Amino acid sequence: MGDLLTNFLSGHVPIEAYLGLSIIMFFSGIYGFLTRKSLLMILISIELMLNAADINFVVFNRYLYPGHLEGFYFTLFGIAIAACETAVAIAIIINIYRNMSSVEVGNLDEMKN
Amino acid sequence: MQYTLLILILPLLSFIILGLVDSKWSPKVAGTIGTVVLGIITALSYYAAWEYFSMPRVAGAYEKLIPYNIEWLRFTDLLHINLGILLDPISIMMLVVITTVSFMVNIYSLGYMANEKGFERYYSFLSLFTFSMLGLVVATNIFQMYIFWELVGVSSYLLIGFYYTKPTAVAAAKKAFIVTRFADLGFLIGILVLSFYTKTFDFGILTSCNPAVFTGIVGTTFMGFSVLSWAMALIFIGGAGKSAMFPLQIWLPDAMEGPTPVSALIHAATMVVAGVFLVARLFPIYVTYTPEVLHGIAYVGAFTSLFAAVIACVQTDIKRVLAFSTISQIGFMMVALGVSGNGGTEGTGYMASMFHLFTHAMFKSLLFLGAGSVIHAVHSNEMNHMGGLRKYMPVTNWTFLIACLAISGIPPFSGFFSKDEILSACYEFSPFMGVTMTLIACLTAFYMFRLYYSIFWGKEHKHEHTPKESHFAMAFPLVFLATVTVFAGWIPFGHFVTSDLKNYDIHMDLSVASISVILGVCSIALATILYRKETTVPKKLATTFSGLYIAASHRFYIDEAYLFITKKIIFNNVSKPLAWFDRHIVDGTMNGMAATTQWVSLKIKGFQSGQVQQYAYVFLLGTLVITLLVLFI
Repeated sequence: MGDLLTNFLSGHVPIEAYLGLSIIMFFSGIYGFLTRKSLLMILISIELMLNAADINFVVFNRYLYPGHLEGFYFTLFGIAIAACETAVAIAIIINIYRNMSSVEVGNLDEMKN
Repeated sequence: MQYTLLILILPLLSFIILGLVDSKWSPKVAGTIGTVVLGIITALSYYAAWEYFSMPRVAGAYEKLIPYNIEWLRFTDLLHINLGILLDPISIMMLVVITTVSFMVNIYSLGYMANEKGFERYYSFLSLFTFSMLGLVVATNIFQMYIFWELVGVSSYLLIGFYYTKPTAVAAAKKAFIVTRFADLGFLIGILVLSFYTKTFDFGILTSCNPAVFTGIVGTTFMGFSVLSWAMALIFIGGAGKSAMFPLQIWLPDAMEGPTPVSALIHAATMVVAGVFLVARLFPIYVTYTPEVLHGIAYVGAFTSLFAAVIACVQTDIKRVLAFSTISQIGFMMVALGVSGNGGTEGTGYMASMFHLFTHAMFKSLLFLGAGSVIHAVHSNEMNHMGGLRKYMPVTNWTFLIACLAISGIPPFSGFFSKDEILSACYEFSPFMGVTMTLIACLTAFYMFRLYYSIFWGKEHKHEHTPKESHFAMAFPLVFLATVTVFAGWIPFGHFVTSDLKNYDIHMDLSVASISVILGVCSIALATILYRKETTVPKKLATTFSGLYIAASHRFYIDEAYLFITKKIIFNNVSKPLAWFDRHIVDGTMNGMAATTQWVSLKIKGFQSGQVQQYAYVFLLGTLVITLLVLFI
């Protein structure tokens, strides 16, 4: 622990720290995706997972191929796509709200039965 | 003689057209179409008969012509079914009989069925029947005959059940169909056995009696008889069903529920003689290879004839009397075939049978049409609602009398000639048979005149309105058929229809003829004494022989015996266990499978909730499990 702190302070962050953060984000995303009832919360969980993946791209690029930029570019792509996706999802959610007056996934069973 | 195809095609077209338009055209148009078509084919048949019989003969015998023989269904090289037209003396004779009677019935029905509901349907069914019956008689092979045989059965069913709102008519139609169908099963098995061994359906090959064709089937024996005997006996069962031979006669009296012209056409003149025609068609096989079956046919025919004649003496429904008389007369034809030998004078029976078929068709349809005319006037079938009608219905009276004299075998009417030939053939066979048949002929004369006197003489019954003579459409067929009945006896039938297709001169056996005529006249005299004026003698006789009387008026309980066998024995012991098996085992299995499927699907239906989160959860767990497996195994 002391090591880790020293490294942080000295500006040398080890790869495990980045990956640990990404894992925590990713599984928080999964947890949220599985347990939340609101569509907005589910959307946010998905964003969390995407961001965790983006972090991974950057980290692996930085540590495995220093000097190359492919991972960074890919992350930028990912962010752009995530933004688009969010816009579409929000539009859908607003439409659902207008029709059903609710954004709870449990209530969206109009097409069933 | 290619045009003979038209004789078949026209009634079929008429059936299809009338059946399709149903009640869209007025009844008058439908009736006219049906009748005109029949008129055309009648003319064609007469022309065909004239052309055929005036053709030069080959070695003294008529040729068998086959203008058409088309392969219709081909299964293998050996097994193929043809459809075609075979013209020989008996089929030509049948063409004439069927078209004549059918034409007359069509004309008659214009009057009789006028204002009936379903008039177009009636005419289309009549055309269907005519077509099937004509197809039956010109069949070139036994399978074609079987096909048309069934068609005839179904059109008979349709016509008996014409008044389908009447429960008795529906029951009678079903009875007729089931009984004859049951007999046809025997026919079918017979055909299959016969053709399995002979490798052919064709009448030409079968009736040539070529030993090469028959060696296999004659050599094989089954339960003491050759397989050929079994096959021919089975085929005869089919004929017995259609021709109402004992013990399959039960459907014919009930078939009288149909309209009277139908009874005249189908249940007197044409369809019921199909059995006789069948035996005649296969006669060379019967007489050459299976004389024992032929003799069996003779005994069955004689017994049926006697049996039906006795019943006819006590029935009170005039159509029923005529029905039993028909059974009795068909018995005569069967006997004549059964006692006949092959060729020359030996073949008297064959010739007599066909002759009687011809004359009987004419006078029996005349009797039925006369009865129809009476029923039309009186609105009842019961004898004791009639009486004294001769004043009101002179044409019906005279024509009916002529037919009665003909069927009683009084010269110079046609029945005398044909019946006399049958009797002399019977005497040649055995004196016992001859005497029996003579007695039955006496019974015939007796019950026919009992019928005649009860309708036209005797005490007059009070009618709601005065009965009057039927109008022209109904009177014309009566007069026409009566004319034929008077003169048909003089046709030198031996020149046309013989067992070996050769010429044969009928010579009357004077002793046989005089005995039968004297006995016939005596019977008529007896009937005159008993029934011309109302007397108490018949009632006294009925009480004296009450056992016989009651049994006969119940038709000797044959129907009851059938009902007992079917309802009590077959239904209880066979059908009920089968029904139980069907309901509980067969249906149970199916229901069980369905129930299991339903139960399982109810249980697993929750899997597909439509909740993506649930799916993701399962997906995640699955991924974890697989990851762990990959890591640790």
